[in-house]
Amino acid sequence: MENLLSIALNSVFVGNILLAYFLGMCSFLAVSKKMETATGLGFAVIFVLAITTPTNWIIYHYLLAPGALSWAGLPAADISFLKFIIFIAVIAAMVQIVEMVIDRFSPALYTALGVFLPLIAVNCAILGTSLFMVERNYTFTESLVFGISSGTGWMLAIVSMAAIRKKLRYADVPEGLEGFGITMIVTGLMAMSFMLFSGITL
Amino acid sequence: MKLTRTKSFKTFIKPLWENNPISVQILGICSALAVTVQLKTAAVMALSLTFVLAFSSLIISLMRNLIPRNIRIIVELTVISTLVILADEILRAFLYDISKQLSVFVGLIITNCIVMGRAETYALGNPPLPSFLDGIGNGLGYGSVLILVAFIRELLGAGKVFGFKVIPQSFYAAGYENMGFMLLAPGAFIVIGLLAWLQKTVAKG
Repeated sequence: MENLLSIALNSVFVGNILLAYFLGMCSFLAVSKKMETATGLGFAVIFVLAITTPTNWIIYHYLLAPGALSWAGLPAADISFLKFIIFIAVIAAMVQIVEMVIDRFSPALYTALGVFLPLIAVNCAILGTSLFMVERNYTFTESLVFGISSGTGWMLAIVSMAAIRKKLRYADVPEGLEGFGITMIVTGLMAMSFMLFSGITL
Repeated sequence: MKLTRTKSFKTFIKPLWENNPISVQILGICSALAVTVQLKTAAVMALSLTFVLAFSSLIISLMRNLIPRNIRIIVELTVISTLVILADEILRAFLYDISKQLSVFVGLIITNCIVMGRAETYALGNPPLPSFLDGIGNGLGYGSVLILVAFIRELLGAGKVFGFKVIPQSFYAAGYENMGFMLLAPGAFIVIGLLAWLQKTVAKG
């Protein structure tokens, strides 16, 4: 339990997937202009991460990992090099299924998240979380917690960025630095403040 | 016709400066920053990405008349992931230490927006040779920013270039200190923000 809590806190704050590992930058920069869209995308990312990370865990540990195929009588098989292509296929398929399910059962949520769901398939944060899950040898429960909390961390970052950008519109930014430049510098400052959490140990 | 005037040359040279994928098109920053703590990893990453980008553009362009529109994204992803797996296996075979340091970031080339972006906007509508050149150009444009950021970070953060000490010992004796901040994540964000500023100002003036 303590272990899970520390994974959660670590991936929301200290090892924030966006601010410490730079994943999901593209959609972070594109979608942080408006508060509502940022929140919508944030929830969609949490949702997709909570589903894809454990799914990929199951697939990796029962199909791809070295020796994982021993239940099929192939104990020497190691097809872990296929993980990239399988993970991205799982993510794309999952996003599609989630989109259809939401459309069927909750049209309101679908209209809110609608546009963002397809975007998520190519969000590096999603694939990155699955790859980190393999690299760090998480167990099934840990991978579930890790998925949800890195999504939360990502959402926290994009929502605060949207809020900052809203205020930034009134600021007099030097010529040439507007847009991309100032956004990167603000992100840097944000990353700095998130690093302060690294003092917390559990 | 001079070489610098040909269309192919322009396709190749444009993404290097005028239409740089990172600082102008704002694509592919995801993996750009994480590998820039050292020049060595940045250079390897730049080469792997150029390889993937050039060949994915070439292959997708060769298949452009065969791919049905509805499933083009999945076809593109398959081509790209296959190339990334190749790159990853080559790195693991010949440069094991660096591939360990790059950790998940080679795999993340798959979702790098530049690769998808070039496939969607250029390779699907142009013949193989220009697409190949466009791929190399964009790969090198991305690589040059990566290497520049890595150079600044490694020099200021660790006093080294490609792992060799370049700041003389006498500097340290006189009180010079490495800027540890550069090696941390926020350093990368700020360096790239300032570089974009510099590029915009130079390009304008």
